[in-house]
Amino acid sequence: MKKALLFVLVLALMAIPVFAGGSSEGASSGAASETITIAFIGNTTGDYAMYGVPVRNSVAMFFEQLNAAGGINGKQVKLLEYDDKADGTESINAYNLAKANGATAIIGSVLSGASIALSDVTYDDNMPQISASATNPKLTVMDPDDPKSEVKTNVFRSCFLDPFQGEKMAQYAAQKYGAKTIAIFYENGSDYSEAIVQGIESQLDACGLKVVAKEAFATGDVDYKAQMTNIAAANPDVVLMPIYYGEAGRAITALRAAGCNAKIIGGDGFGSVKNYASAADLEGTIYMSGYAPGTPSVAKYEADYQAKFNEEVPNMFAPLAWDASLIMAEGLKAAEAKGLKAGSAEYKQAVIDAIKGMNAFEGITGSYTFNETNDPIKSVAIIKISGGAELFDEFF
Amino acid sequence: MTFSLLIAQLINGLQTGSVYALVALGYSMVYGIIKLLNFAHGDIIMVGAYMVYYAIASFALPPVVAIILAIGVSTLLGVTVEKVAYTPLRSAPRLSLLITAIGVSFLLENGAQLVFGADQKSMDPLITGSVMFGRVNVSYTAIVTIVVSLIIMVLLWFVVNKTKAGKAMRAVSEDMGAAQLMGISLNRTISMTFAIGSALAGIGSVLYLAAYTQASPTMGSMLGIKAFVAAVLGGIGSIPGAMIGGFTIGVLEALVAAAGFSMWKDAAVFLVLIIVLLFKPTGFLGKKMQEKV
Repeated sequence: MKKALLFVLVLALMAIPVFAGGSSEGASSGAASETITIAFIGNTTGDYAMYGVPVRNSVAMFFEQLNAAGGINGKQVKLLEYDDKADGTESINAYNLAKANGATAIIGSVLSGASIALSDVTYDDNMPQISASATNPKLTVMDPDDPKSEVKTNVFRSCFLDPFQGEKMAQYAAQKYGAKTIAIFYENGSDYSEAIVQGIESQLDACGLKVVAKEAFATGDVDYKAQMTNIAAANPDVVLMPIYYGEAGRAITALRAAGCNAKIIGGDGFGSVKNYASAADLEGTIYMSGYAPGTPSVAKYEADYQAKFNEEVPNMFAPLAWDASLIMAEGLKAAEAKGLKAGSAEYKQAVIDAIKGMNAFEGITGSYTFNETNDPIKSVAIIKISGGAELFDEFF
Repeated sequence: MTFSLLIAQLINGLQTGSVYALVALGYSMVYGIIKLLNFAHGDIIMVGAYMVYYAIASFALPPVVAIILAIGVSTLLGVTVEKVAYTPLRSAPRLSLLITAIGVSFLLENGAQLVFGADQKSMDPLITGSVMFGRVNVSYTAIVTIVVSLIIMVLLWFVVNKTKAGKAMRAVSEDMGAAQLMGISLNRTISMTFAIGSALAGIGSVLYLAAYTQASPTMGSMLGIKAFVAAVLGGIGSIPGAMIGGFTIGVLEALVAAAGFSMWKDAAVFLVLIIVLLFKPTGFLGKKMQEKV
């Protein structure tokens, strides 16, 4: 009895998230009129920090370069940074702190779940917000299933939508691979993964595809052997994996170990999957990407990132974060040009209007025009893994 | 589910279960001797896994050297943790010790994130290829994992039951005070238990990497909890119990996932734990504990 009680207690203790210092606000607030304060909110510690850290890095690098080049309208941009550990509650706390510290625009968060929680509160304040990586429709629309749903007009994203790439994945399987049967392996309980699955399933009839196996794993799970054995037994033409790269690496390793040699198509979460499974297992795998590494428009950014952080650009969220910063800076410029006061309601509205009004605005990952639900209209870059390298194949 | 699929899933379960069992053994041995749930145990595996990764991916050492290094570092770390964090608290209330163990676990996890980085480190599979037994595809990794852990368990059983050191461990586990009076060095025996438990964790880390090819700072926490459940299920303190517990949980997970309820995998594991604890609070093979008056 005592032991059982102890066990429950221990589990409860394990569930308490690790405390780690997150924010790094400057202490001085003297020259408030000469700075524009904005905030980055994202998970830079915890289980998914490998997605958050590169985003933070890119945002920090962007504003550092912007400030070095004279800032906006002669004013320096002060970037507050908050760690939300990919947790919606923490995002909201961070946002309240950011607001109290005078932030006039928000970049973040990183994962869809936390970003949606954040967008619900920024919408109430009409606070300009842009996420580089939240690909779930709910980020900008209250209820994506309802075509007349309210749009969170203040929230933008620099990546494309989850269902959109799901549709592209299904179309690619049918048109390029001539697939008739597919298997889907997704992350249960992940907004990202489930929304892509929706997109895939919406195209089944149109593409003449049949799902012969649909397997899932729970977040945090590392063992996919059982699911992969099931998929291998169903013998599909193509396996669609709308999951993130770390899990994708394990999933592909497990799929091949289970003796299945079907073609694999991933979503944009696959970026840098080459580091997470062997070249032999990955050979021929393709994925949808929001950016094409090594193309001229991103070359300078990639070199700068390498020089500053002493590592290659780890995934596509990093350059998308650069674009998110670029877009937000463009919005701020427009508001500054009107001579408005940073932090005021008019200022925020001016930032939002400027972003909304963009027409083929050139970022480093493509050109941006925002549709009625504030999602960018962009083409998908197909990245093919060959000989252990992720190479841009074509736009699809 | 066809018969061949069922066999394939059982092998999947045994493979996972082997790793759980090895880790559970470490839990069980330490609990058996100083009644401490060493929650840092899972994180020792994590450190071992990073050692394998760095040895192979960064320094291109041969796998055998990497494996020896992982086992060596895990053992050393386990003993260090025991000396630094647990020895000073030996006469403190059990709860302080438990909280310290959780603290050490957090320290190791966050320390690893600082030192190794937050992202998963991935390496090429240690063992590739598979063999067909009739219509069942079995990977060499699975065969090696199951065989290695069975050998280790037999060895461990031999050490504990047939050697002098094992006798000392059993004596300390039974009655610390009396063992000390009989001339058994308490410190040496406890350190030895930690060393063996951590070495098992080191081996577990190699087998883990062979299966999942990725090391991450938080990989030890869920693995540790599962292994803890395995230890409790089998009867904490009992070596064969830890093995049975590990295999039970591995197979259970595989079958639940195979039936399409992968998201209920963890829930099923904990549910079984609760049911077993309700009807047999000491686990499958746990000794009946009597309150001394």
